[in-house]
Amino acid sequence: MIRIEKVTKKFGETDTIKETSIAIRAGEIFTFIGPSGSGKTTLIRLIDLLEWPTSGTIFFDGIDTAGSEQVRLALRRRMGMVFQKPAVLNTTVAKNVAFGLRFRGVPEAEAQQKVHSALELVGLPDFTYRRAVTLSGGEMQRVALARAIVTEPEVLLLDEPTANLDPVSSDLIENLILRINKKFGTTVIMSTHDMIQGQRLADRIGVIMNGSLVQTGTAGEIFYQPKGRDIARFVGIDPVTGGVVTENTGGHALIRVGANCFEALTEMPKGARAALYIRPEEVTLTPADSSQTKSSMRNRLYGRIKKIVPYGPFVRVSVDCGFILPALITQRSCTELGFSVGTDIVAGVKATAIHVLPEEEKKAYG
Amino acid sequence: MDDIAPGVTQAVHLIVTLNPEVMEIAALSLYISLSATIIAALISIPLGGFIHFHEFYGKRALIVVIQTLYSVPTVVVGLLLYLLISRSGPLGFLGLLFTPEGMILGQTILIMPIMMGLVISALSGVDKNISDTLVALGATGFQKIIEIVKEARYAILSAVVLGFGRAIAEVGVAMMIGGNIRGFTRVLTTAITLETGMGAFGISIALGIILMIVALIVVVTLNLITSGMSSETQQIIGGPRG
Repeated sequence: MIRIEKVTKKFGETDTIKETSIAIRAGEIFTFIGPSGSGKTTLIRLIDLLEWPTSGTIFFDGIDTAGSEQVRLALRRRMGMVFQKPAVLNTTVAKNVAFGLRFRGVPEAEAQQKVHSALELVGLPDFTYRRAVTLSGGEMQRVALARAIVTEPEVLLLDEPTANLDPVSSDLIENLILRINKKFGTTVIMSTHDMIQGQRLADRIGVIMNGSLVQTGTAGEIFYQPKGRDIARFVGIDPVTGGVVTENTGGHALIRVGANCFEALTEMPKGARAALYIRPEEVTLTPADSSQTKSSMRNRLYGRIKKIVPYGPFVRVSVDCGFILPALITQRSCTELGFSVGTDIVAGVKATAIHVLPEEEKKAYG
Repeated sequence: MDDIAPGVTQAVHLIVTLNPEVMEIAALSLYISLSATIIAALISIPLGGFIHFHEFYGKRALIVVIQTLYSVPTVVVGLLLYLLISRSGPLGFLGLLFTPEGMILGQTILIMPIMMGLVISALSGVDKNISDTLVALGATGFQKIIEIVKEARYAILSAVVLGFGRAIAEVGVAMMIGGNIRGFTRVLTTAITLETGMGAFGISIALGIILMIVALIVVVTLNLITSGMSSETQQIIGGPRG
């Protein structure tokens, strides 16, 4: 549906988007995730033809978008856009939703009908004659969504649609996005810095760091097999560094880190320096004196709890095994097992839960 | 203090009896200043819009010049226009000196900078996101400009009202270009100057009160017109955006 080929965007001397290529399929929900300021918004604006790329080409449904303003307007009218901060005009909700239709010259009666359906879809049918500027943030965002879909766009773009909303409003918007995608087959392209949201909604995720698309894949791929330390950090993994592959038989490797030895799956040859990426949820903790320690886990590490930090209903436990291994367990099990700072424990990790990458050189910002 | 009480009494009398001469002066004031306001608005709103919506070399400098002209003294405009339209001046053939039309021209020139400058700030005051939103909703360049102007309507109204206020309240142009000719170019402000000079404070006070009433009528009317631009009822004074 959208094909971006070698696109770059400079604002002055700053490379906001470095050479990026990507193809987004019709009907999918594609999410750009990345830290604030990484270029997600610019990329979305480029796709909506609000900005011109500095170089490279963007194709919409096979059509080169680098045409006259008329061509771009015609293509832009096949898309809908929801901005991070919804801007509503100082008039009624219905008129706000009707703008896109009026610009396209849709007859008044038909427009009213469509506005009504759109407001019904976003759950605001009684808001028709309300002044739009008096709405709450969540309501405004729903109006913005209704306004974007009322023209039945083939592609719906959303730039951080829930960034400024409370959790209940965010949920509502997320459900609407899913419904619109299912009901109308609309291609949805959105950006978020909330990786969990990306995971909940997206068929595919593209990770943007520093203006570059660094990894594209399903949520599972991004979460379990990040292609590098920065991506891993962003999706919540602190790598265990300083490993050396000591043995590798057919992809089944032994990797030594300090005094410990991990079994993991990798093609990296013997002698290679490796970093281990282990999701903290994949680490199980048992008291060192417990009988349960004889589990089926291949990797068992003896250590001592160094720090316990609450994390919603979970706690993040830092285990010192010569290196720091973070683990995420529920608040309840932490209490039941009687863990506190200084407790000796055994940490278990399945060999398949370890993602092995070559050790990266330290970057200035890393 | 001795002059004020009888002055007010006389003022009430002149107003209640609809004194023909006073009414004529008030009508001429309204005609001249309202004409100047309409002409200035017809020029300033599109021109201000053009300056706001286009990027060109020297735009900032131009805006600074416009803003500086806010404070041009009325007598300076009067003097320059006098030199232009006096019989020996380059535009002398138009015969505008000491005519109501000449006064309209002078007041138009006087209030255009302030109107244009305030129209530019009114349009700049519209959230940048609104412009993006309109483009994303599929607006053409022209559709976008119309909606942004509508969005800035209350602030643009303020610009027009302020322009009118400066026009009806000024003395310099009216005196120098009009000449305060009784029954022909005498307006409220020049009449006040004259009557005060002659010690006729009652008439002066009456004229002052009438001037304020005329201004009130014009401001209320302009507000009603602006509210009518959007179908829903709006708060007239201090609307949500301006």
